[in-house]
Order: sequence, then structure tokens, then C-alpha cells
Amino acid sequence: MDPASRIDAPMDVLLRDGHVAEIAPPNKTRGGADEKFDARGLIVAPGFIDLHVHLREPGQSHKETIATGTAAAAAGGFTSVCCMPNTSPVVDSPEWVNWIRQPERGAVVNVFPAAAATHHSKGAVLTDFRRLQEAGAVAVTDDGRPILDEAVMREALRAGAQLNLPVIQHAEDARVTAHCFMNEGPTSFRLGLRGMTVAAEAEVVDRDVQLAQMTGGRLHIAHLSTAEALKPVRRAKRAKVRVTCEITPHHFTLIDENVGDYNTNFKMNPPLRSAFDREAILVALADGTVDAIATDHAPHALHEKQVEFERAPFGVTGLETALGLAITQLHRGHKAPLARIVELFTAGPARVLDLRGRGTLARGSFADVTIFDPKKRWTFDAAKSRSKSRNTPFDGLPLTGKVVATIVAGKIVHRES
Amino acid sequence: MTKAARGSLLSIEHLEAAEILGLLKLARRMNPAKPRALLKGKRVVLLFYEPSTRTRSSFEVAAKSMGAMTVLIQSSGSSIEKGESLLDTGYTLRAVGADAIVLRHPNAGAPHLMAAHIDIPVINAGDGMHEHPSQALLDAYTILRHKRAFRGLQVAIVGDIYHSRVARSACHLLSKFGARVTLCGPPDFVPEVAATLAPGIRLTRHLEEAVRGTDVIMLLRVQKERLAGRKIKLDDYIGRYQMTTARLKLARRDAIVMHPGPVIRGLELTGDVADCPQSVIVQEVANGVPVRMAILARAMGKAK
Repeated sequence: MDPASRIDAPMDVLLRDGHVAEIAPPNKTRGGADEKFDARGLIVAPGFIDLHVHLREPGQSHKETIATGTAAAAAGGFTSVCCMPNTSPVVDSPEWVNWIRQPERGAVVNVFPAAAATHHSKGAVLTDFRRLQEAGAVAVTDDGRPILDEAVMREALRAGAQLNLPVIQHAEDARVTAHCFMNEGPTSFRLGLRGMTVAAEAEVVDRDVQLAQMTGGRLHIAHLSTAEALKPVRRAKRAKVRVTCEITPHHFTLIDENVGDYNTNFKMNPPLRSAFDREAILVALADGTVDAIATDHAPHALHEKQVEFERAPFGVTGLETALGLAITQLHRGHKAPLARIVELFTAGPARVLDLRGRGTLARGSFADVTIFDPKKRWTFDAAKSRSKSRNTPFDGLPLTGKVVATIVAGKIVHRES
Repeated sequence: MTKAARGSLLSIEHLEAAEILGLLKLARRMNPAKPRALLKGKRVVLLFYEPSTRTRSSFEVAAKSMGAMTVLIQSSGSSIEKGESLLDTGYTLRAVGADAIVLRHPNAGAPHLMAAHIDIPVINAGDGMHEHPSQALLDAYTILRHKRAFRGLQVAIVGDIYHSRVARSACHLLSKFGARVTLCGPPDFVPEVAATLAPGIRLTRHLEEAVRGTDVIMLLRVQKERLAGRKIKLDDYIGRYQMTTARLKLARRDAIVMHPGPVIRGLELTGDVADCPQSVIVQEVANGVPVRMAILARAMGKAK
């Protein structure tokens, strides 16, 4: 199943020297294979791409390392991940971009770093986009924080446009969300927690869409979470402005009420929103407004999360549950075709970052393949996660749809036992 | 819902109406002048991360008068200052032999966190903007000393509802028993969403409307610093929302005036109102003792 090539049929795929050598109807490939993988009854898809993960290196290896984070990615069917620069120190120099990409880091899937858009991600002075790109950065972002200053954002989009480099925005008006820890609404009021408003996200998206139109820059909205923020994205797409967006599995699965009695494994930023926002997100995933499903995998150590709700860090893990949640919620729950889900994990994110030769199984593309069983029922057990951290809201959740094998550059990096 | 040790009191929201009535009945049998030694040999830790006069002293008096030993831990002067986490503090106190922890904390949900990880009862003595269950219980106790029943009772709660754990607990309690609650204040203090807290709650921006014909007026402290940067100025607030003798006349003749304290005379109410015969503000403080005796006795399984 390769939505980029409009293929959805029983086929043989021949991988050779790290690339797709042939894709042909059963037993029609011309070349022979040393090793065969019998995937009858399973879906063979282009390797999944996660646009938004936190691998926590450099500097926060007690939460995750590039090795453990990419092992979790492989278990979740992801052959490529884009890691965010809000580490310690912030990845705002070519040296750190290069450091992440070294083989010593032990990555088992492709790692594409996003570099900081401003020095120390402080939102004031732009980094050297050209040198960062040359070192291997595929995007710039201050993720974890927004780029709030309008002039800085405009310059970032303008500089990005010259290099065809996307600017990823964490859309949050931090001036009005200080000391806010969940979505503003009846649940936050009941729990006595200050709420982040929908407008705090939507107004930043609205402004940035206008800046993207003005500059011709490529704008990508990270983890979009509200119905209101979808409006400017839709408007921009109709006007052919270069705007893309991603949605996380937790935002299409959960709502603010699920925070329960201050469960910190349901605390992330942007926060879980209302049922109304979730419905709007489900529509946008189906109708093509959304370009990609991205996990915003954000591991934290147990002792960091086992604190007062207001003091706990934002973020949840998500690499190993993404496919199961997508099939359970979107395909089985809301009748989205499997091909659309595969597109959101493959061709969609490849297009956002302009990753040539990925997100497709067309002949000549990279031999990154995800094989999954869309009917397999299983229960996620956080204790068995490959991630170093366990901060998931989905522990013990029954899911349908499971990764069977993950192949990166022609090599099997994960296989279901 | 948080799995807490038996006898814990985390919120009014999740307390059954029958349990509330049980506690109020038990409180009525408690005689602070001639207390029974129900807690002899027990150790009650008062863990206070925030300043408190009323709540702390009345829990302490309640515990000691029933024969318990109390230990007071405050943030300053303890290992909390050195960065010890809430849970580690809880484990430490448990190891020292605490039989119950009374917790006052600036963060909403802190008692739930403690209760989920510790095997002794946790009593919420106020958590952030969330709840203040023992205050709601003593207010209910005080109301029932003056009014026959909650059903159909009109209660006006005036002031900064948004920041108030007292208001949240009171709303849950009164709603469970069929009282009609009117919340009154400017939008910053009484947002529209407040009406969703529990059934039977309505809002008004006009104090006269809230007070007219009401049985109970509950005033809340307004912190001056919280008016800073808000749309409403201090003078405007006083002009529109201060409880005065003239405004009190709009209420039923037998209406009572309540306030959880600390009272700021000249702000949310005039000194005349604070001291008038209808004011039960001092009674509330006194009633805190038997109510907290009942809460502690229930916590230790001595609710006899």
C-alpha cells in the first residue's frame, strides 16, 4: 500500500543495496532475493515518518537517548524521525546537528534533526539557517516555545524560503498561557487549574499564515489541537500558501476530561482539548486538511512526572502507540480508509519536510518499509516499552493494528516476536 | 478516581451525600468542651505548605483534644526547603509513624497525589484553587444551626469565585443537597464556566439581584493584588460588590452572613456587616473544631 504511487494491491517489493529495486505484481519481479519476507495478509507500506519527536540528547539522557528513542520508533513502525532541538544545550549550531547524526549515537532508524530557529531558542536572534541546513537540519523551530516576535517570525520564514527550509511553529501565545497547565474549560475550572485558551493557539496560527503568505516561506504548524486553529490552515491551503500541519494521536484520541484526578500522564502542551475540538480534528484528518500524524513523543522520568500536576513537565511518549491508535480511532472508529492513515504516516510527512525518496515505495526510493497487521488486537504495556520513559496515557489500552516488522535501508530493525 | 486510604477526605465533589450527612451528624456529637479521647496514641501530621491560621489551629485543637499527638511541618524550616518532593516528604512522615496527614498545599490536586501513593488517610486542608472540604463541611454545619434544611435554600456566594477553593467546595456541597446557589461578581472573578461546576448554580453580575430574598450570603476575600491588571478597579469593585448594611436589607430578614476568613473590612464587606447580629463569621471558626474532630475521628476509623 503506497499512497504516493496510488498502489493498493498485492505486490512483491524487491529491496537491494538500500533501495527499492522493483515493485511488481506477485512473482513478477525480475531480480532474485537472498532473503524473503512473507507478508501475506499484512500491509506493506513505505517506512513511517514521525515529524515530531524529542530524543532528549544532548543533555537529558535520563529521559531518553537517541538509541532508546529510535528503538521505540522502530517498534512503532517509524523508519525516520525528526527530532526537536529543545535539548540541553539547545541544538542551535551546526556542531550539535552533526553530533546528533553521528553513528556513535546508536540510532536504529533515520534521524533528521530540526535545528533551533533562534539562538538558545530565545526567540530573538535567528540562527544561521544555511549552515544548519548544510550540517543536516531539515527544518528550524524553537519547539517547546513559540516564536512570538512577529518580526523574528517573518525573518525566519523569509530566510527559510530562500533555502526551501520549513519553519515549524509551536503555536502558543505564551504571554497569555503562563501558569496554565491544561485546556481552559469546565474541567480546568472544576480542578482549580488555570486553563490555556483556544485563542492562544489560533491567533498565533492565524498571524503566521499571513506571514507565510507575505514571505513565501514554508510554515509547518506543530501539534495543532483546536478547531479554531484549523480555520486559518484551511484558508491558507485554499489560497495555495505553503502551510502544513500535524496532529498527534493523543489529540485525536483523548479530551481534557480524561485528565481525571490530576493524572500527569495526561499533561502535555498543547493540552488535551474539548470534545468539540477533537471532533473538528477528526474531520480535518479525514478531509485532507492535515498533512501528517506526528507523535510529539516527549519522554520524562518517573520522578519528574510523579509530582504535583502544576509542577510536572509537559509531554507524553507516543512512538509505540501511534499506529494502533490511528487504526483503532480513525479507521475502526471513524471509518477513515487505511490508505489515508498510511498517507498520514508516509507521503504526508515526507512532503512536509521534502524528504526525497522517502514516504514511498516507488522504484529507486530508500528501502524503508513498515509492515503491519491492521487487524491484530493487542494491549499496550508501558512496562515493555523500548523508550527509557513510561509517561504514557495509554498504558493498558486495548488497540487494534500492530507493527509486524520495520525495515530501514533494507535491514530489519524491528520484528514482532 | 484516586484510590485513597479509607478515611481520606480529598474533595467534596467525590463525597457521597450520605457521607457528608454522616460527618455532620458526627460533628454534632463532638463536644470540644468535653472531648472523648478517641485518638489516644495516634499521631497526626499537619503538613502545611501555605500559611494558615484558622484551618491549622482548629485541626490541631481538634486532634489534641481527642488525645492525638500532633506534629506540624511547614515548608520553611523543613527539608521541603531543601527540595524534598511531596511524595518523599509523605514517605518520610509515614516512616516516622504518622497515622494521618492533614495537607495544605498551593497546588491543586496535591492531596490526590499523596493519597495515591501512601497507605494512611490524607485530609485535604485546602489545595490551590481546587477544594477546601473541611471549610465546606463547617459552613454546612453552621448553616444547619440556623436553617432547617438545604433543599430550596437560596445561597449567594459573592466575590472572587475563580481563585477560591472555598467556593468550589461550597458549590459542590450545596448542589448535592438541592440548594439554589447564585454566584456573584465581575467576569474576571465569576467566569461563565463557573455555572458548569454543579447542578443548580447560576450567575449574576449584580449584587442586588444575588442578595434579594436570599437565605445565606457567603462572602469571599478579595485579594487586592488579584485586582491588579484586571479590568475592574478596586473602587469600582467596592462600589458594586461590597456588602453593606443597606444591601443586606434586600436579603431575607433571617438571612445569615458568612465569610471563610480572613476578613478584609472595608473591601468585600463593611465593618458593620462583619459585626452585625446576622453575621455568623465567628461561629464558623468555632464550628471548625467539632467538624474537624469528626473528620479526624472518621479518618482513624473512630467514627462512633
